[in-house]
Amino acid sequence: MDWSLMDIEIATAVLGLGLLVLGLIVPHNARRGLGWLTVLGLAGILALSIGTWSHQGSLYGGMYIVDSYSTFFKEIFLTAAILVTLGSMRYVDEQVGYQAEYYGILVFATLGMMVMASAGDFITLYLGLELMTIAFIILVALRKTDGKSVEAGIKYVLLAGLSSAVLLFGLSLVYGLTGTVNIIRIALLLSRGAFPPVLILGLVLLVAGLGFKISAVPFHMWAPDVYEGAPTPITAFLGTGSKAASFAVVLRLFTAGFSGVWANWTLMVAILAAVTMVVGNLVAIPQTNIKRLLAYSSVAQAGYILVGVVTASPAGVKAVLFYAFIYVFATVGAFTVVANVFAQTGSDEIRDYAGLSQRSPLSAAMMLFALLSMAGIPPLAGFAGKFYLFATVIQGYPWLAVIGLVMSMVSVYYYLRVVLVMYRDEPLDPSPITLSSPVALTMVIAMVATLVIGFYPGPLANVTDLAARSFFVLR
Amino acid sequence: MYHAWLVPLLPALSFAVISLLTKQWKWLSATISIGAMVSGFIIAAFIAVGVLQHPGLINHPLVYSLRWLSMPGFKVDAGILLDPLSAMMLFMVTLVASLIQIYSLGYMRGEKGFSVFFAYMSLFGASMLLLVAASNLLELFVAWEGVGVCSYMLIGFYNHKISAREAAKKAFVTTRIGDTGLLLGLLSLQLIFGTLNIADLAQKIPQFQNIPLLITVAVLFFLGPVGKSGQFPLHVWLPDAMEGPTPVSALIHAATMVVAGVYLVGRMLFMFASVPPVMELVAWVGGFTAIFAASIAITQREIKRILAYSTISQIGYMMLGLGVGSLSAGFFHLWTHAFFKALMFLGAGSVLIGLHHKADVWEMGGLIKKMPITAVTFVVGGLAISGIPPFAGFWSKGDILDATLASGHTVLFVIGSFTAFLTAFYIWRMIFLCFFGKENPENHPQESPLVMTIPLMILALFSTVAGLIGTPWWDVWGRYIHFGTYVPPVANWPLMIGDTLLGALGIYAAYLFYCKDREKTKALAARQWFGGRLYDVLYHKYYLDELYMWFNHSMVDGVARLMYLFDIYVVDGIVNGVGAFTVAAGEGLRVFQTGRLQNYALVFFLGVLAVGVLLAFTGPHATLFLGGVR
Repeated sequence: MDWSLMDIEIATAVLGLGLLVLGLIVPHNARRGLGWLTVLGLAGILALSIGTWSHQGSLYGGMYIVDSYSTFFKEIFLTAAILVTLGSMRYVDEQVGYQAEYYGILVFATLGMMVMASAGDFITLYLGLELMTIAFIILVALRKTDGKSVEAGIKYVLLAGLSSAVLLFGLSLVYGLTGTVNIIRIALLLSRGAFPPVLILGLVLLVAGLGFKISAVPFHMWAPDVYEGAPTPITAFLGTGSKAASFAVVLRLFTAGFSGVWANWTLMVAILAAVTMVVGNLVAIPQTNIKRLLAYSSVAQAGYILVGVVTASPAGVKAVLFYAFIYVFATVGAFTVVANVFAQTGSDEIRDYAGLSQRSPLSAAMMLFALLSMAGIPPLAGFAGKFYLFATVIQGYPWLAVIGLVMSMVSVYYYLRVVLVMYRDEPLDPSPITLSSPVALTMVIAMVATLVIGFYPGPLANVTDLAARSFFVLR
Repeated sequence: MYHAWLVPLLPALSFAVISLLTKQWKWLSATISIGAMVSGFIIAAFIAVGVLQHPGLINHPLVYSLRWLSMPGFKVDAGILLDPLSAMMLFMVTLVASLIQIYSLGYMRGEKGFSVFFAYMSLFGASMLLLVAASNLLELFVAWEGVGVCSYMLIGFYNHKISAREAAKKAFVTTRIGDTGLLLGLLSLQLIFGTLNIADLAQKIPQFQNIPLLITVAVLFFLGPVGKSGQFPLHVWLPDAMEGPTPVSALIHAATMVVAGVYLVGRMLFMFASVPPVMELVAWVGGFTAIFAASIAITQREIKRILAYSTISQIGYMMLGLGVGSLSAGFFHLWTHAFFKALMFLGAGSVLIGLHHKADVWEMGGLIKKMPITAVTFVVGGLAISGIPPFAGFWSKGDILDATLASGHTVLFVIGSFTAFLTAFYIWRMIFLCFFGKENPENHPQESPLVMTIPLMILALFSTVAGLIGTPWWDVWGRYIHFGTYVPPVANWPLMIGDTLLGALGIYAAYLFYCKDREKTKALAARQWFGGRLYDVLYHKYYLDELYMWFNHSMVDGVARLMYLFDIYVVDGIVNGVGAFTVAAGEGLRVFQTGRLQNYALVFFLGVLAVGVLLAFTGPHATLFLGGVR
């Protein structure tokens, strides 16, 4: 067995354990350095994953698949983790504490996502999913003295448990009907034709279980409450990493495993995508809290990404990969601003963002870039991303593309409302908002990436194209 | 030379940095902007040297590009195209822009929105430089629109003034007419040839056989330059554009942006040259605009307006040069004109600052005593534009007239020559009224600071010597920038002497009218005889603005009113309805978000149920599912 295929995961596990151990050894006041250590470690692992880009293969007889597709997803998780860590340093020091636990568990959550992206059978998939979920439960409730954080933690535990149960039920139904947990083998069995209709019930439960993780309507109800209550950087990680990992699983299951019964689920996913886009965007309109607004916007974004799943084609997979990657920068950037503003003003209300452009021009610019990118305004990256997503369904489901476009326009309304407040309104308290250097670094990275990919999407499109092809080769 | 992409990028970055970060710090913003432009100039200078060392680039431009957009059946590359033409433009634009930005330090001192001004100037620089370096027409079009937007923002820079806002709107709308034609032309080219890469088109178009189709495309295409370069009949926006700050007028509406149209025609000359009727059109539009605008300039009173009409007229010359097939002559005039026109605009700005924005030339006089540097440099510009040797304009204007005559366009040659006389006349009318004669006791002029006069002196130097690289005896210019095969020039003595005499005659006539005896002239203009009528017509710019306004009021407004009714009752109804519905729907859906865990779980399971039912009814096996297990 070629253990070198798992280099990245092994390194991540070592990093996570090392952080926990270090937390016990280093004195209290030195723990701030752990953030930088995490960033360096994750950056090293990211470099490693880029170096092992072309590795292909599987372990344990197909339980664990390594291909460019999974490696690209791992790079998304690592990028998100790096940015979140950078952006959360000051926030963690001042608002949370428990640096070692925070960073260590964050790394474990990343490890869980990696396992999900590489899962070749149901057992691995579930293992990764639970590793990630449990890590997130801890992280969400980490601000133990804050009522909202605890409430969010409780809600997340219960509803995540619920969704896990549903997912497991679905998995066991599929296992019972096919006699195997291996996704590739299931695909072969299903492509031979006849299958018992109970399989459909299994699909429904799988959609519900995974729909919870990607916060697709109507399984999204937890998202706004948890997003609001969780420590803000964790919210960013929930919205990017967790969502991307779940999409990795959705694609693996549906485009690979259930491609034989594509006709059965494509319309359902299309309708889910439509409903998610509509509800996410509409409910975002009346929000007055920036975290809730971004939470609903994140629901809507899940709808956009689902559009790429509908066709189960290489183009769709490519679009999902592309969007998941650029979405990291916009989301982490926006939440970093929110965390930093909260750290200094103690408020998440949109009205307290008045005059942010004067108090902290970089924060306001970051927020502007992030929101416009999410709205899909050229020349920012979100435009290219949405273009690729909607282009995949223009043939089969033109109405879905239309809904996507219309809802993107609706989203401009509530995004620009925030921009107006930041740029037009005079601040009540004109004192400047300071940025620590790691936070400023996060913002600069996120802004530059959003702008450069928007202007010149070619290279990223090529990479995602390769990754999407590797996915279909293995099938 | 491979670093040419940096030239547009630097000002673009400067725009981003200023507008996002350093807006509060005025001098930092200005330094960033100027620093970016000067660095661009240094790179452009190296590029120019590189191009001079590689004569192979004349026929085989250096193109490097990236795949910008790609989808099945449509690919767009974006990149840099380097040949002597674009290298010259890069050099000229960065040089003039650098000088003008430095000058603006003095001119804009104390103005509100100082940083924003420099941010816009940077953005303009970036767009203009991308325009001249673009290797693909779509890329060029993006930059083309970019300069349009910057021009709009800068004309309306004093947005507290109604006239500035109106002028900005007018400029935008008028050029839009041309841009629409250009866009249609671009789309046709893409449809016919399947590419917008300039180098590919240069291969394909000359072999294209369907001449009538190509004529249509070329005419549509030409509309863009007509709008952007202020050619008749879309010239009306340019004089009004003088509402912007003077450095803007100098940079955008004299030296660089307005010649973008000339540049585009020159760039695509291989297309125009394959359809001779369109070439005739270009030549005639140019020639007519030249004399038309010059005749208006004679009667104008505001210093910047005179210069604006002069710009229109000179761009007409350039178009004339291109239209008779001489890329070399047209662009030579573009090159020299950039320097002396920027010089005169900046000089006018200096005068305006000295006189606290009093713009009427009749109220000036004798400024040479108090503002010697401004006056002397202005006179250098005046000599250059009037075609007095050895100043720059003499060589370039002579080339155009020479080319016109050589191509057999006798009428256009006469028009061009007469325009040369008119040019010298109206420019020197302005110079005599402003700088010579009796001082106006109401004025208390003061020479401008060095930060403004040094750019003037540098530009005066260029206005003097820039033409010497294209003389019949030492024709570096023609060897590098030409279309088709290179023909070494021969000195055409009668023409050269004739040009000089025409210029001198114009200056002398202006001296007679406006320096020796200006009171008599004033009276002459006011008298109600035929000449007075003519004067009125000229002063009102042939009533074209009035005609356009009448058309606008009677036709466009009429249709607009109908549309408006439709708009408020139908469209607005729908839009507002949708908006209200959307907000209400958002509020309504929000009700479900109770915060209670039990409700969330309930919705979750209802969702499972709904999805189950959905799947059951949508899948091909729906009946099977409803029928239970087989």
